Amino acid sequence: MAGVAVSTTINGDHVEYLCQPDETLLEVLRDRLGLTGAKEGCGTGDCGACSVIVDDRLVCSCLVLGAEAEGRQVETIEGMAHGEKLHPLQQKFLEHAALQCGICTPGFLIAAKDLLAKNPDPTEEEIRFGLAGNLCRCTGYDKIVRAVQDAAGVMRG
Amino acid sequence: MRYIRPLTIEDAVGQLVGASGTAAILAGGSDLLVRMKGGFVEPDLIIDIKAIDALSEIRETAEGFSIGAAVPCAVLGENKALRQAWPGVVEAAKLIGSKQVQGRCTIVGNLCNASPAADSVPAMVAAGAKAVVAGPSGKRTIAVESVPTAPGRTSLAKGEIIEAILLDKREPRAGDAYLRFIPRTEMDIAVVSAGVNLTLDEAGVVKTARVALGAAAPTVLLVEEAAEVLVGSRLDEATLERLAKVCAGACRPIDDKRGTIEFRRKVAGVLAGRAATTAYERAGGK
Amino acid sequence: MNFDPRLTNRDFTSVGTRPIRPDGIDKVTGRARYGADFNMAGQLVGRVLRSPHAHAVIRKIDTSKAEALPGVKAVITAADLPDLTNGDSALYDILDNCMARKKALYDGHAVAAVAAIDARTARQALKLIEIDYEVLPHVTDVDEAFKHTAPLINEAIFTEGLEEKPVKPSNVHKRTQYGHGDIHKGFAEADFVIERSFRTEQTHQGYIEPHACVASVSADGTAELWVCTQGHFVYRQHCAQLLGMEASKLRVTSSEIGGGFGGKTHVWAEPVALALSRKAGRPVKLVMTRDEVFRASGPTSATSIDVRIGAKKDGTITAAEATLRYSCGPYAGMWAEVGAMTAFACYKLDNVRTVGFEVLVNRPKTAAYRAPSAPMAAFAVESTIDELAGKVGMDAVDFRIKNAAQEGTRASYGPVYGPIGIGPTLEAVKNHPHMKAPLKQNQGRGMACGFWFNFGGQTCVDLNIGMDGSISLAVGTVDVGGSRASLSLVAAEELGIDYSQVKAIVADTSSLGYNDMTDGSRGTFSSSMATISAARNAIRILRERAAQMWDIPVDDVVWEKGHALARGEKYGNLSPLSLKEIAAQSGTTGGPIAGHSELVADGAGVSFATHICDIEVDPETGSTRVLRYTVVQDAGKAVHPTYVEGQYQGGAAQGIGWALNEEYIYGKDGRLQNAGFLDYRIPVCSDLPMIDTQILEIPNPNHPYGVRGVGETSIVPPLAAIANAVSNAVGVRMTHIPMSPPRILAALEASASAHDA
Repeated sequence: MAGVAVSTTINGDHVEYLCQPDETLLEVLRDRLGLTGAKEGCGTGDCGACSVIVDDRLVCSCLVLGAEAEGRQVETIEGMAHGEKLHPLQQKFLEHAALQCGICTPGFLIAAKDLLAKNPDPTEEEIRFGLAGNLCRCTGYDKIVRAVQDAAGVMRG
Repeated sequence: MRYIRPLTIEDAVGQLVGASGTAAILAGGSDLLVRMKGGFVEPDLIIDIKAIDALSEIRETAEGFSIGAAVPCAVLGENKALRQAWPGVVEAAKLIGSKQVQGRCTIVGNLCNASPAADSVPAMVAAGAKAVVAGPSGKRTIAVESVPTAPGRTSLAKGEIIEAILLDKREPRAGDAYLRFIPRTEMDIAVVSAGVNLTLDEAGVVKTARVALGAAAPTVLLVEEAAEVLVGSRLDEATLERLAKVCAGACRPIDDKRGTIEFRRKVAGVLAGRAATTAYERAGGK
Repeated sequence: MNFDPRLTNRDFTSVGTRPIRPDGIDKVTGRARYGADFNMAGQLVGRVLRSPHAHAVIRKIDTSKAEALPGVKAVITAADLPDLTNGDSALYDILDNCMARKKALYDGHAVAAVAAIDARTARQALKLIEIDYEVLPHVTDVDEAFKHTAPLINEAIFTEGLEEKPVKPSNVHKRTQYGHGDIHKGFAEADFVIERSFRTEQTHQGYIEPHACVASVSADGTAELWVCTQGHFVYRQHCAQLLGMEASKLRVTSSEIGGGFGGKTHVWAEPVALALSRKAGRPVKLVMTRDEVFRASGPTSATSIDVRIGAKKDGTITAAEATLRYSCGPYAGMWAEVGAMTAFACYKLDNVRTVGFEVLVNRPKTAAYRAPSAPMAAFAVESTIDELAGKVGMDAVDFRIKNAAQEGTRASYGPVYGPIGIGPTLEAVKNHPHMKAPLKQNQGRGMACGFWFNFGGQTCVDLNIGMDGSISLAVGTVDVGGSRASLSLVAAEELGIDYSQVKAIVADTSSLGYNDMTDGSRGTFSSSMATISAARNAIRILRERAAQMWDIPVDDVVWEKGHALARGEKYGNLSPLSLKEIAAQSGTTGGPIAGHSELVADGAGVSFATHICDIEVDPETGSTRVLRYTVVQDAGKAVHPTYVEGQYQGGAAQGIGWALNEEYIYGKDGRLQNAGFLDYRIPVCSDLPMIDTQILEIPNPNHPYGVRGVGETSIVPPLAAIANAVSNAVGVRMTHIPMSPPRILAALEASASAHDA
């Protein structure tokens, strides 16, 4: 198996790595780069816990090869806050207790960020369908939806 | 295992022909990577076709639309002209997977995965879509329904790649629609589905019709008898009842983890009627 | 230790507020470390080979080819986990479940494992292990397994609990019975009797984080284990026993846990990871795939339940009986027994009898799932109650109010209730605007009640006061949903300081005394009791130090609002000493100040809930939609109300999934067909409405603040509430959970053809 040399941008930083051809972006992030914020809940694109944004598209990093990141812009949960300043979604998730165990939280935050970037004033239904690719087993989604609604309001100013 | 990213379709075909072991084409990867993860396939060569510029475009031509094999379904939904002309095809494509999957998955991948439950395929079949196949001996254009031959199998020969899907330019008074049944509101594979494409005459009478059913047989079914029921009608209640009956009868479904034979038969008819009604309204009927 | 746990009525300052949780920032920034987020130098990748057969004798395992593969550092089978269980049959079952010994008992049963330098090598190695199986007939269905003709799973099982020991073995491990009075007399007095049979399918807890651990065994026999678990002390105990280690030599650290719901109360792969590490001489990380999680961990019982209830014309229930058959997987369990205990716990009954049968099947070992066994029993009973109310001609809520248990009622499972919340939750539901909201065509409303015992148990807490006056609270109950916030609130409350001065952590097994696991809704209940006790012990020392600083008798020092006060007019010129001031002087007044507590938390108050839901059914497809959902539950005292609401909402959502779509589907070959989130359909965000909650507070007399556990009860009513709503919407009594669209449509068609006939 021949390794693939990849040069990419992750959270604004230039990163280079060598990965196997069948290695997923999720495996690269977690096992090679130490970015363990994206989680593997299923490995088949059914839970959204590994959500990242690649070139402005929300994807499951378990369904992207590490090799495919060549020349792209990857955004992960580790890049969401600016230094100590949390993103409004992060802040609202805390205030609304939109997490219990928290394993799905990074994926939800990334997905919600993508959702609000494309639709700054979503209805409850748009939020629910927009986040349907992210499974949460603890909260029943109620507080997640409220946190996203609240954050959307803050972000609209 | 090797990963390559050719820049031209000719190079991709050449690599495919020259591959010694098994080769897999990677566009969105939402089926391929799942199969690799499950250990069902272990390709010796992965050919990523996303660096081939032409494959990432939706082109509007004099004949209609040409949708490149690497265009993610999310992009289909963002194309206003396509959405207006073929709302049924676009809504079917938009039903595949989650937002996360939408940013990656393609209708060509959906077609070549050859699942009878593929969402975009019944809509494409109803729309009379064609596939442009590039291969070692040049290009050919074939009907979409001739691509899948059995679950997981296609009619493509070694070295062949589908490079685009063609959809006709829309006539006036035409509409299509696609509906599927899933137990949840999102994230499921179709238990059964129906795509309907209609054109009407000036009086609102159905002039031509194509009806396709998904997850109702080993491959997507084009139900000609259902089309015959619709042609000449204004989709009155009796017509819809007959449509439901014909569609239920045309099904050759199985019992599995997603549904029963009885359920699929019954709901195929229900969905065909509902999809026909939407397509009729989109065509300006009623 | 003379700790008085009794309720002391009081106004609260911190308890009942809603601050941000202490572990929150790490969880929204991706920094929190879960089971799979930890690595050690030189770590290998462990993977498990699993049986593809539901039932098969393992004739021979040849691992030589796998061992010869470059990069493979260890291969183990049951031979590497010798039986050290010493006649402890429950422990033996755990051992056998971790690694099949003579027979593979279900699709997914572990049969061998490897540790290799990377995942690819490990996967390849698994393919090189050769196993000679003798495939046996299998049985996966609970009713089929109950029959005498069923394939026998364990020849040594002779049904316990019968008057005479049976002569032949069977798949029924045990019969249990609860109740009192004379049901024959009771049924004779009834004007109406409803008798129905119900089925529920097997579900999984569905935590998003797969089981994961890193095990490291050193050459000197000591070991460390990093693991996602609900109870690291219990894991230590089990792992140490199975591996023949002294418990103190195995240090277990609980990672952040990505959901458990009962499924992480049980060791699965951890002893295997330790055995691999022992053999390889290197740390081993073992993470289950999602497919393995479904095939080989956790599920709840599938059930088959018969219920009969009789009532007089005035609505008084005269007799109630239930027979409950619960699947246990291939090992003995007590799941039907718990179902039999909970089935009628909501009601005041003179004549009641429940009988449980534990049934062995070729499915994964049943594990606890949030109020284990209660939801299925409640589904059967609450469905029957609803139907009986209709027959009597009473409103479903009024009928329940008339028969609800109250303080002094003898519970159907034995004890006499203290102050309880079933009546108040029913009254709250009766007066809730949800009950009066209009419904449209094809819509139905249902309601149902639920009960859970709640546990207490062994608990240990350390409360250390820093020299700067800040508090380190070390607890031993794993935080599954915000308990570090609740326990910090309790420490702040008792000490009279601000929440921000307290930092709670979950200590590892070498840093704190033994704690039972976070199960039975005991985490906040029991650790808050221990925290209060520890704080009171710390306050005693703080008073002593203040007395020393003032040079007055300690009896003249009281503790109020975070300060030592000198009591008595003669001390009028002494200004109060804050905790901070006392802490700052601790180095010269006797050293560090700490409060410790070790106790068995008794008196966990029982918990009741009543739920309401509105459902719309598409009569042409059997598709359902939950339109509105309301949870009313007694919390005793809600320590952090936002997280209490979260427990209510989360349990309701899991119940909704169970009621409508979630189920294990086995093929005729005994293999699980839907071992993934694609076809094991847990609710997604767009499936659910907002879930309204109402917290009632009927104080638990056996806790200083009146706290009851809140984690589990919320999953008990939904199956029944939704079944009642669907039944009301479609006019057909639904008796099989999940009420998937094919089942609803089939019920509708059957009803239509019955009407036609």
